[in-house]
Amino acid sequence: MSDVARRFVMEFERPLVDLEEKLESLKHLSVVEGAELAVEIAALEAEVDELRTTLYTSLTPWERVQISRHPERPHTDDYLADVFRDVIELHGDRLYGDDAAMFAGLASLGTRKVAVLGHRKGRNTTENVRYNFGSPHPEGFRKAERVMLLADRFGLPIVTFLDTAGAYPGLEDEDRGQAWAIASCLATLSRVRVPVVTVGIGEGGSGGALAIGFGDRLIMLENAYYSVISPEMCATILHKEPARAAEASGCLQLTAQDLERMGLADEVVPEPLGGAQRDPVTVMGAVGTAVARALDDLGALPADALIASRYERLRAIGEYSSE
Amino acid sequence: MPISDWFRAREQRRYTAPSEPPRGSESLADGVWVRCEGCKRTLYAGDLERGLGVCPSCGRHHQLTADQRIDMLCDPGSFDEIDGDLRSGDPLEFRSGKPYAEAIEAAQDNTGLPEAVLTGRALMGGLPVVVGVMDFRFIGASMGSVVGERIARAFESACDRRVPLVLAIASGGARMQEGMLSLMQMAKTAAAAARLADAGVPYVAILTDPTMGGVTASFATLADVIVAEPGARIGFAGPRLVERTIRRALPKGFQTAESLLGHGMIDLVVERGSLRETVIGLLVCLAAGGE
Repeated sequence: MSDVARRFVMEFERPLVDLEEKLESLKHLSVVEGAELAVEIAALEAEVDELRTTLYTSLTPWERVQISRHPERPHTDDYLADVFRDVIELHGDRLYGDDAAMFAGLASLGTRKVAVLGHRKGRNTTENVRYNFGSPHPEGFRKAERVMLLADRFGLPIVTFLDTAGAYPGLEDEDRGQAWAIASCLATLSRVRVPVVTVGIGEGGSGGALAIGFGDRLIMLENAYYSVISPEMCATILHKEPARAAEASGCLQLTAQDLERMGLADEVVPEPLGGAQRDPVTVMGAVGTAVARALDDLGALPADALIASRYERLRAIGEYSSE
Repeated sequence: MPISDWFRAREQRRYTAPSEPPRGSESLADGVWVRCEGCKRTLYAGDLERGLGVCPSCGRHHQLTADQRIDMLCDPGSFDEIDGDLRSGDPLEFRSGKPYAEAIEAAQDNTGLPEAVLTGRALMGGLPVVVGVMDFRFIGASMGSVVGERIARAFESACDRRVPLVLAIASGGARMQEGMLSLMQMAKTAAAAARLADAGVPYVAILTDPTMGGVTASFATLADVIVAEPGARIGFAGPRLVERTIRRALPKGFQTAESLLGHGMIDLVVERGSLRETVIGLLVCLAAGGE
């Protein structure tokens, strides 16, 4: 029972969790009181299984957004610990500060040396405050760009992890050129002469995600999202009601499946039923394999062909007609 | 500018007879009288129009339509539109709020424009340029597929022909009704801007009121020289979002051209009356480097 109760519960999971709790208490009763409840327990177990399957195999976009924000979901730090070795974090933008919301560093992936960039989210209040809840300041983007250029200079492929609600909309951030920092990342990322593989592991919020969020391959976790605007903000703009975020999530076509259908994502990595937090090790392993495979493919291309194909990839995005 | 110059400029705005006949006054307002958005004074629409949309009383720079902007920047009759045949689709079949297809149609009817940006070849002071102007009346000049495509093609056209690019920018940001396709236009236009920069062809951006969101965070701020009009609101996050985030009132002048000039984010703040001459001066200078 305690396992179930301690778990972070997303609102759409409530009916399932209620049923699971009922099952736990029945089991408890049968052990403690020696009551003959085998038939009831079996029936309830079947019911729980069925509900679990129905619930998690027919996820709405809004439910996926909630899963993407699950606090126990593997974050950039977990991937760094699990998928990479010899991680060396590089600090600071050499201009003003060091933004903990953006990881930048060097690491080994298998036998390969790579540069890694990623938005960081915490698991507790202390970490969340340190990482500014995953929303970088201009310094974070400038550090990321510095390390992109470092990777370019030394021929290291770049692997990026997206997990942000967006760039931080603060007062000083505007004064210090948040837009300039993001734009500069976009320009640099478009022309680095090394492979760039991006993985959407959680939230892909707008420009703050895009700054490190495109390249030669886009891999999305099954329940990650990537969107031009947060569902809440979209609902606020359209209806002045953030509560209509569920509806907005559907309209925005922001799920991994939507992105794959639109040709923006190259691969969707499956998650266990209920989300990556249910089996982080397997999910992270699958991501590591997918990234290594993408780097193998891209490594065969000469740099000129690589940046030409990256440009063509971007140029092909958009839907319009000629009259 | 020194205060004496400012007074002189103001006197000129007041008393100098217009050197050219007023352009179709129907484009500015319905009535003969309009209210200045800055000082709230009632102005004769013809005066405002002759002053290029600058209030003769307080100097407020009102938004211009794409046609007005082309007229004020380019040599008369030199603008030759390119890619005017591109039309937005409705890739997401976006139905929340006003259906997107209807919003586009209404914007086309209201503005007479195909989309929120006009791009083309033109002359400025006799110099061949590629020019792009954005019109805020068209769905807040937000960037969807067509805006992104026309901007990217403008960069490529300037690159291929090795002539400078001048963009007069206004935008509310990425167009959310096209979802991720809009967000990716930021990367697309930035990539095109990077290529032009690598080719050593000048790009001058004129940031006008307002320039926000995904447009500021992509091609708008990747220019060789960034010029802004006085009082233009320029930023990434919307001011109301910033206010909610910091939970206190915003300081006066936040996200204005003048404030950003002070923070080192833009090169120049130039009044509309001298904008064309300033841009030509910049182009002449930048183009002279290779000679």
